[in-house]
Amino acid sequence: MDDATALHQASNRDDTIKTPNLLTRLLQVRELALILLIIVIGAALHLITGRFFTTPNLNAISLGFATSAIIVFGMTAALVSGGFDLSVGSVFAMGGVAAAVALRADLPIPLAMLCGVGSGILAGLINGLLITKVQINPFITTLGMLGIARGVSLAITEGSPLAQLPTDFLIYGQGKILGIPNLILIALITILIGDILMRRSSAFRQIYYVGGNEEAARLSGINVDRVKLGVYVLSAMLAALAGVLSVSRFTVADPGAGSGEELRIIAACIIGGCSLRGGKGTVIGGLLGLIFVGFINNGMILLRVPVYWQQLAMGVVLLLAVGFDTFSQRWQGRSRGKKTV
Amino acid sequence: MQPTLQAKNISKQFPGTLALDNAQLELLTGEIHAVMGENGAGKSTLMKILSGVYSADSGEIYLDGRSISPSNPREALMLGIGIVHQELSVIPTLTVAENIFPGHLPTNFLGMVNYRQLFHDTQHVLEKMQVHVNPRALVETLSIANQQLVEITKALSSNCKVLILDEPTSALTDSEADRLLGLLRRLADEGVSILYISHKLKEIFAIADRVTVLRDGRYIGTEKVSNITPDHVIRMMVGRELGMMYPPKSQKTGAALLNVRDLRLPYSERGNSFELYEGEVLAFAGLIGSGRSELARALFGADPKAEGEIVLNGTPINIQSPKDAIELGIGYLPEDRKAAGLFLDMSIKLNVEAAVIEEVSMGGFVAPPKERTLAEQYVKRLNISTPSIEQEVRRLSGGNQQKALVAKWLSIKPKLLIVDEPTRGIDVGAKKEIHFLLRALADSGVGIIIISSELPEVLGMSDRILVMHEGVIAAEFSAADATEENIIRAASGQKSE
Repeated sequence: MDDATALHQASNRDDTIKTPNLLTRLLQVRELALILLIIVIGAALHLITGRFFTTPNLNAISLGFATSAIIVFGMTAALVSGGFDLSVGSVFAMGGVAAAVALRADLPIPLAMLCGVGSGILAGLINGLLITKVQINPFITTLGMLGIARGVSLAITEGSPLAQLPTDFLIYGQGKILGIPNLILIALITILIGDILMRRSSAFRQIYYVGGNEEAARLSGINVDRVKLGVYVLSAMLAALAGVLSVSRFTVADPGAGSGEELRIIAACIIGGCSLRGGKGTVIGGLLGLIFVGFINNGMILLRVPVYWQQLAMGVVLLLAVGFDTFSQRWQGRSRGKKTV
Repeated sequence: MQPTLQAKNISKQFPGTLALDNAQLELLTGEIHAVMGENGAGKSTLMKILSGVYSADSGEIYLDGRSISPSNPREALMLGIGIVHQELSVIPTLTVAENIFPGHLPTNFLGMVNYRQLFHDTQHVLEKMQVHVNPRALVETLSIANQQLVEITKALSSNCKVLILDEPTSALTDSEADRLLGLLRRLADEGVSILYISHKLKEIFAIADRVTVLRDGRYIGTEKVSNITPDHVIRMMVGRELGMMYPPKSQKTGAALLNVRDLRLPYSERGNSFELYEGEVLAFAGLIGSGRSELARALFGADPKAEGEIVLNGTPINIQSPKDAIELGIGYLPEDRKAAGLFLDMSIKLNVEAAVIEEVSMGGFVAPPKERTLAEQYVKRLNISTPSIEQEVRRLSGGNQQKALVAKWLSIKPKLLIVDEPTRGIDVGAKKEIHFLLRALADSGVGIIIISSELPEVLGMSDRILVMHEGVIAAEFSAADATEENIIRAASGQKSE
């Protein structure tokens, strides 16, 4: 018996376990801790620069990560299932390029957008089938797709961005409803739906079981292959949708768009509480991770930190966040034990 | 006679629990000394202190009369104390030889490993131990039993005086365990002092010279095995009379529930036919690898199914996946609860409802009140001791983990429940509770198939016993006719006379 089991034994025998105080419990919820951090950082930046909490700045930040937020839902699902999707950045570009090509072929706008999203669904299907049927691991599979999707975008465009898109198409990425940019609304709705589905839908609950213990999930009657296939289709579909919207925003389909996006989003999800081992994480957590990283980035710009230092800072933030989490979990385990004495 | 190893007044405080409270132990030269106690009694902690994994908060350890305080396992090994942990620590992708001499591989003048020498040395050591494995074989290709022998050989290769074994037979069949016990006896006769931790009373009485019992981290007593009875040891361990380990058997059996015709496992030539009645507990005995788990997994649709016909309640059924089986009311509790049964990082609640997510949902969304009701119902019914249904399963004791797994299968309201090694590695109290629970389930009309490598459990629980040998049912016994001897005989392929 190791000390951990000794600990449970003790806590099992003792029925009068004190619940930790409210603040400690609230801070254990990753989302609340992140919100607190985000507010602190925001306030600090506002005090130093005097122009952080201004409508233009906040609008700029939000627009900056609206498309990323859409992808966060799919990436969270992939991470929770115990895998991840490295191809989202390339699929993001491919979706945009596919939609632009369709538009320039004079297809109706909804159909053209569907072409873009459809190219993502196709990429996700290929990812999912390779992972479940051929059983190539998610790292290799999606790394391969990262190359393929980028290659397709570059080949179709011959490397140069596609412009001259119909102005009616631009409304999705540039329009506003009640003064709020469409893009931000779409991102918020996606995140909200995603979070509710992941938390409460019985279908999405299966993703947590698969990520928690694949074999146990299978023996509990869960169709593991179907769950995984669904996850990769969802992830690539959302990446392509984000790509289409991004083209609409910038009025140009850039085959180089979204490069490096996959790592930024995985980092945000991990900061938001996902684990590479699978089985845990929430969509809201991923969004907060994204905002957290976005604030720090924006802060550095406002503080005129040379651009070269920003990547370094991102790396440090990721390691600090995960390191702090690992440390605090161990610490909580101990303090919980002490309270039972 | 001066003891080889002596531990005096050892205390160890872990956050939240006093794991050892003035524990003591005295190990004589060349004796096999069993250490017993329920889960949580402090056995493993004491062994880890003796072998340098932990250091004690207070107390002294003497080796050959000299005070020692090993601060890490390597130091303990240098002093002559080797340990074989419950979880094997062999490296599966390396050869037997590399596993046995990890820290002191023979090298040539360039500092490269001299494999000729290594394999030769290993062969020598293995022969001395009468362990018949190829030094060049990759460890992952060996059976669990042989991996264990490699690990023991590794501990002994540095000439240790004291060998500590933590539940070495929990993954072995009876015959493999016998082979191991024979080896230990020989080692003891050669003067190695052995500390032996086990839950299995039968083994202890078969092999040990003396037994020390710990309870709640405290020393209860040391007795010569020849002077006491198993009941006496159990009383020392639990501090109370345990009563019967096994519930009374059922008086009546119902209609035929399951009819298996000619179910042939992929690697076997002959098919298996048997039937199971409502309210019956049918045991499958046999050696590990005899096809018991494979047959169960085929029934449950967990492995690509062997050919054959399965009739449930008079209707032929075709099971392609665990999902099909669950929908038909068949549950399967796998033998390895951590690898294949539990979602360790998830709550009891999520574990209990894993196979019935639809039942705790409404309109495609999980309904928290239903989830709570379901989990609370089973926590209460199975007497799972936990502060809350939100507790992570990882934080429960082995017995309570197993109960949570049983709860998952009860929640599907099974007609047929297959349990594979349902009480492996859990303490005596929880074991008894699970036995009584299974019998109560049978009495309510459920058909139960129990697979167990512990013969007392097979005999104590079952109404009927099927013995498998090399993928085929070799013999059938009624509970009244079965003895350990004729089960062993059938399991090892000998014809009964």
